[in-house]
Amino acid sequence: MMKSVVHYVRSLFMLELWKGLSVTGRYLFRKKFTLNYPEQKAPVSPRFRGLHAQRRYPNGEERCIACKLCEAVCPANAITIEAEPREDGSRRTTRYDIDLFKCIFCGFCEESCPVDAIVETRVYEYHFEDTDKAAGAHIMTKEKLLAMGDKYEAQIAADRAAQAKYR
Amino acid sequence: MDFLISLYQALPVWIQILLKIVAIVAPLMLLVAYYTYAERKVIGYMQVRLGPNRVGPKGWLQPIADAVKLMFKEIVIPTGADRTLFLLAPLLAIGPALAAWAVFPFDAGVVLADINAGLLYILALTSLGVYGVIIGGWASNSKYAFLGSIRSAAQIVSYEIAMGFALVTVLMAAGSLNLGRIVEAQEGGVLHWFWLPLLPMFVVYFISGVAETNRAPFDVAEGESEIVAGFHVDYSGMAFAVFFLGEYANMILVSALTALMFLGGWLSPFQGTFMESWFAWVPGFVWLLLKTFVFMFFYLWLRATFPRYRYDQIMRLGWKVFIPITIVWIVVVGVMQVYDIGWWFDQGGVR
Repeated sequence: MMKSVVHYVRSLFMLELWKGLSVTGRYLFRKKFTLNYPEQKAPVSPRFRGLHAQRRYPNGEERCIACKLCEAVCPANAITIEAEPREDGSRRTTRYDIDLFKCIFCGFCEESCPVDAIVETRVYEYHFEDTDKAAGAHIMTKEKLLAMGDKYEAQIAADRAAQAKYR
Repeated sequence: MDFLISLYQALPVWIQILLKIVAIVAPLMLLVAYYTYAERKVIGYMQVRLGPNRVGPKGWLQPIADAVKLMFKEIVIPTGADRTLFLLAPLLAIGPALAAWAVFPFDAGVVLADINAGLLYILALTSLGVYGVIIGGWASNSKYAFLGSIRSAAQIVSYEIAMGFALVTVLMAAGSLNLGRIVEAQEGGVLHWFWLPLLPMFVVYFISGVAETNRAPFDVAEGESEIVAGFHVDYSGMAFAVFFLGEYANMILVSALTALMFLGGWLSPFQGTFMESWFAWVPGFVWLLLKTFVFMFFYLWLRATFPRYRYDQIMRLGWKVFIPITIVWIVVVGVMQVYDIGWWFDQGGVR
């Protein structure tokens, strides 16, 4: 009896509804979570696995020695490597393709690389427009990879240095 | 200024009336446009996000962009639809929402048509608005639209009664159907406004108003999560925009009427206190606008807070809660008037 009277009075004065309103009322003044994306960006970890790059030594020599460990470890079979000796007798790749449609960005290629040649950078803002397979826009060729490496070398080196003690 | 007044008086009467109508409708449409912006902003803020902020500084041009987009979109008329009714329905929805402003006093004596049955006129027009929804749903010849309009019809019939009774208490308290007289009867400060003696009616009227305008949490007629968009699924482009304008114009109308009938309209809230003279320079129109904004904000606040009522809950609230409360309160107001209880009916009433 008493209980139902209390319940009736509570619902008559809409106590629960006012509670709900006070919650949304408080949230109105909360700090907002939204990031205004192109102007503001979320922080990116040094371990971020974005678009791939191939690095060079400081003297300009490419690091990759065509050991094909990355090709072997790649769970998605995204990497295709062809290699033959260069004029000076060193072993180099003649073809190093990463198919971005296949790649799952697991980072195993980077883990397996004995000379830190193939890396995944922080770059996540990229696109390719021609998705026609024949046009090959989805293939990261050796040239593209090396160009990425040249462009972001400072960032890549800094990230590797920051992570050195965990590897 | 004198020149403008004499120029105005030299115009034919019908142009004068037209100018008055434009003077009401144009700001109202602007208010509707920015009300949609305010809605998206307020609800966004309550959900801890930012709301529209890309078009123009802080998103201020968003409603303009929306309006332009809707104007350039095609009006699709389904093959099975009744063309005449289909196109008539949006007009029926917006017409009454705008026409009701004719008897609305914005300040002492500032009213387009100072008719004595103002309250009846308002009641009649706000009820007419639902025909737009019902006819729109019917003419679309689609099951979702039809479900929406059936729900809307039943809901409006239920809440119309509670709303009408709530207005009856206002009329008893003021002793007049003229909206200007109703405000004048509330003269004398915050405690003389009708919200206090008619407190339950104040709440019932506003909530019925929310139900009447098909807004959350009473938006079963639209119910986008269950019947897509209810009565206006098949509308697009400008036909949809007119429905939309009508809905928002109705929300503003209900907010303004609540402010008028329960919060003393254009009267200053400082009347009768020592602060009265400090705010004497504020035009009454500003007070009315501020009070209206409070209720307009409430509409958005309710929408951001509550989930949709279940259909049987809506019916229960209307028939088993609101109507009994209003009937009881009519008796209470009568008793208060006859035995002169309280200080609030000193400006008149049915006695």
